[in-house]
Amino acid sequence: MNITLKLFATFRQDRFKIEQRDYPDSILIRDIVAELGIELEACGIIMVNGRHALPEAPLKNDDTLSLFPKVGGG
Amino acid sequence: MDKIFRVNMTDLTTRIEEVPAAWAGLGGRGLTSTIVSAEVPPTCHALGKNNKLVFAPGLLSGTAAASSGRMSCGAKSPLTGTIKESNAGGTTAQLFARMGIKALIIEGLPEEDKFYSLHLTTDGVSIAEETELLGKGNFAVIEAMEAKYDKKVGVMTIGSAGELKMASANISVKDPDSKIRSHGRGGMGAVMGSKKIKYITIDGAGATAVAIADPDKFKAAARVFAKAILDHPVSGEGLGTYGTNVLVNVLHEAGGLPTRNFRFGQYEGHDKISGETMHETIVARGGKPKHGCHAGCVIQCSQVYTDKEGKYVTSGFEYETIWGLGANCCIDNLDDIAEADSIMDDIGVDSIETAVMMGVAMDAGILPFGDGKEVIRLIKDEIGQGTPLGRIMGGGAASVGNAYGVTRVPVVKGQGIPAYDPRSVKGIGITYATSTMGADHTAGYSVATNILQIGGFVDPLKKEGQVELSRNLQIATAAIDSTGMCIFVAFPALDIPECLPALIDMLNARFGISLTGDDVTELGKNILKLERKFNQDAGFTNKHDRLPEFFQEPVPPHNATWDFTDEEIDAFWDF
Repeated sequence: MNITLKLFATFRQDRFKIEQRDYPDSILIRDIVAELGIELEACGIIMVNGRHALPEAPLKNDDTLSLFPKVGGG
Repeated sequence: MDKIFRVNMTDLTTRIEEVPAAWAGLGGRGLTSTIVSAEVPPTCHALGKNNKLVFAPGLLSGTAAASSGRMSCGAKSPLTGTIKESNAGGTTAQLFARMGIKALIIEGLPEEDKFYSLHLTTDGVSIAEETELLGKGNFAVIEAMEAKYDKKVGVMTIGSAGELKMASANISVKDPDSKIRSHGRGGMGAVMGSKKIKYITIDGAGATAVAIADPDKFKAAARVFAKAILDHPVSGEGLGTYGTNVLVNVLHEAGGLPTRNFRFGQYEGHDKISGETMHETIVARGGKPKHGCHAGCVIQCSQVYTDKEGKYVTSGFEYETIWGLGANCCIDNLDDIAEADSIMDDIGVDSIETAVMMGVAMDAGILPFGDGKEVIRLIKDEIGQGTPLGRIMGGGAASVGNAYGVTRVPVVKGQGIPAYDPRSVKGIGITYATSTMGADHTAGYSVATNILQIGGFVDPLKKEGQVELSRNLQIATAAIDSTGMCIFVAFPALDIPECLPALIDMLNARFGISLTGDDVTELGKNILKLERKFNQDAGFTNKHDRLPEFFQEPVPPHNATWDFTDEEIDAFWDF
């Protein structure tokens, strides 16, 4: 299935800003995070289609997965 | 012993008073709100003779505690009609604390149509007539004062907007680099202008170190506290790298980035104005991505933004300003926004109120969405020059809405709603509705838990848990605002168990007292209740704790609506 990956802040360093990738239907968010070489603990915000998601959540075709390190402001 | 400095602008006298016992344990917001509540009639005109302008450093300001240099400024607000506390960095809080000035209270109005300046030394306050700097911008005032005194002089000043008593006027405070931080919200600059004070200078000669009752205990607690700030990824690294503007992309992804005067929750130009792009731009141009608003700040969320030639444009370039003129006004040019930010600092208007106002002005047809150059012209030549249009715009978002018959006016209690859509970040909507300050994100930053997943997680799109979240944060914030601490210490405080006890240990070691966590919570509750009582006595009821009608419309992409009942909102005050 087709997944759009979006990375932000320091996660972009030596990686990318946005990419489309093809994955098997059984893939979980944590698998993609691992494939990207990102420690799960370093993830501050995980969103799928603009909704917060857990690392164990499955994905479906055409989902957008957004990953942020721990960031904040105000 | 700390003193109260009191200035009477009616008879142009000043005096030094003992600190009343009831005020001894208070600082910052707790003290300004207590003084305003005790001495200002709630129904008075905010620009009239009975309002008072109060400055108070926090309880830990002037000590070695990290990030403790915030100054509170309080009065009845001409923008909201409520009580107001607005805090800022800069150099004045630390100067006041070391000079033993517990608070500066300015009351009365001069009878003659003349402007004045105040000069504070450890011996007291002197008043002088001011003519030369009238009409001048805040940068010019700071420059002139450094030439007259020295680089160390503290300065608080108003620009033309404050002189003209515009409700969006702020008070500019000199920072350690001779640039500007602001008591931004609620029109405190108009109150200073009504009292005919162009600027206040502070000469710290003869100031001593702040007395610490138990230095060893203080030092140990301060070390734990600073470590907690530095260990937390947001306060220790994220804010110093990307500034608060990292939030553009976060809120865009979450569908909570108010766009085109709150019509959409995402902005197609988000990448161009994002914190990531800003960081790259600053680094490429040789600016400073990291910068503190006061000495001793270890978070360093500020930055110095330069133009293509590497020349200074602005600092303290905040997410709310960039969101407001960016997504909200559909301007995708960071250089235009930076130039507007600098002019807002110079003429002395709140960059949140002005940005929200511009969105309303665009709906009113005063200028098109996306026209950054016209925004710059309007700020400089209309607001800055005090033309009739400029005075309407300088009155804030509600003022423009009223003058032009616009119904999409994002304000609560007359104050512009900042950078998080309350429909898709519901916890912050509760804060906007219930805050004693009018719409104010800093009063109870539910975004932390709704969006950033700091201090747990409460789903931003569901109603469950939002009132309790906002209540707990507003209580904690009222207490933190009394310590002189930057509100960003809340990030480590929410996640690192040692952080808050260390903060309380510092308070105890500073004053030789034995506060518990419960005492600090009680302090926060008492401040909120005191402020609400002032507002109620000024004529506000629970019916003012509501968001504008248009928030019933769904906002894409989640098509979320503002769906709290009156009873649900009013339950906020059940404590």
